[in-house]
Amino acid sequence: MVTLLYFASLRERLDCAREQVALPAGAPTVGTLVEALRARDGRWSEAFAPGRDWRVAVNQQMAGAATPLKPGDEVAFFPPVTGG
Amino acid sequence: MPHVRVQEAPFDAGREIAALTEGRRDVGAVATFVGLVRDLNEGDAVSRMTLEHYPGMTERALEDICAQALARWDLVDLRVVHRVGPLAPGDAIVLVAVSSAHRGEAFAACEFVMDYLKTRAPFWKKEVTQAGERWVEARASDDDAARRWSEGGAG
Repeated sequence: MVTLLYFASLRERLDCAREQVALPAGAPTVGTLVEALRARDGRWSEAFAPGRDWRVAVNQQMAGAATPLKPGDEVAFFPPVTGG
Repeated sequence: MPHVRVQEAPFDAGREIAALTEGRRDVGAVATFVGLVRDLNEGDAVSRMTLEHYPGMTERALEDICAQALARWDLVDLRVVHRVGPLAPGDAIVLVAVSSAHRGEAFAACEFVMDYLKTRAPFWKKEVTQAGERWVEARASDDDAARRWSEGGAG
C-alpha cells in the first residue's frame, strides 16, 4: 500500500484529499500508478490527462513519472505551486 | 543554521532581522524581502485569499532552498517565514532575510531564495474576487526567474 495525497485544485477536482491504494503489479513507478488512477473513471482520466499540468512528490521530494515506488511511500499530486 | 517557519500568525519583520543579527559582529549586510497580498490580480479586485500548503514537505523544500543558497554564496545566516491560511490585501505573506559580510551576497541570495520558493515550495493561493473563488495560476515568468539561476545568468 502507498498513501496518496492531493492538494489545492487537484484535491477539489477529484474530491479526495488522502487515500491508501495498492501499488500496481510489477515494478511500480509514478507513471504506472497514474495510469491506474486514470483508469478509474472520467473525472480521474481528465485530471491526469496527457498535457495537464500537475506535479508529483514522493516522500516529500519532487519526483517524476519514472520515479520508482515501494510500499509505504507517500505520493502527493498537486498543481504548479503559487506561494510567495 | 537557516531558520524556516510556516505559520498562520502575522510576523514582525523587525524582530526577524534582529534575531538574525543578535550578538553578531561579522554581519555587514542584511537583505530582506517581504511579499504582500495585492488587491488586484489578473485585472480583478481581490477581497481575500487562503494559502494552502503541504505540511512537512513545505518545511523541507524551504530548508533545501536555504541550503542551496548557503552552498552558493558566502552567507552568515538566512531566515524564511511564510504564512498560510486566510489573508487579506495588505497582509505580509512571506519574509526572506539574508545576512552576510557584504551586500552583494545578501542581495543575490535573497532574490535566489524568493525565485526558488516561488517555483519549488508547495504553497497554493486561492483568491476571492467578485466572481467567486479561484485558484491562482502559476506564472511562466516565475519559472523564467528561477531558471536564470541555473543558466549562468544573474548571480
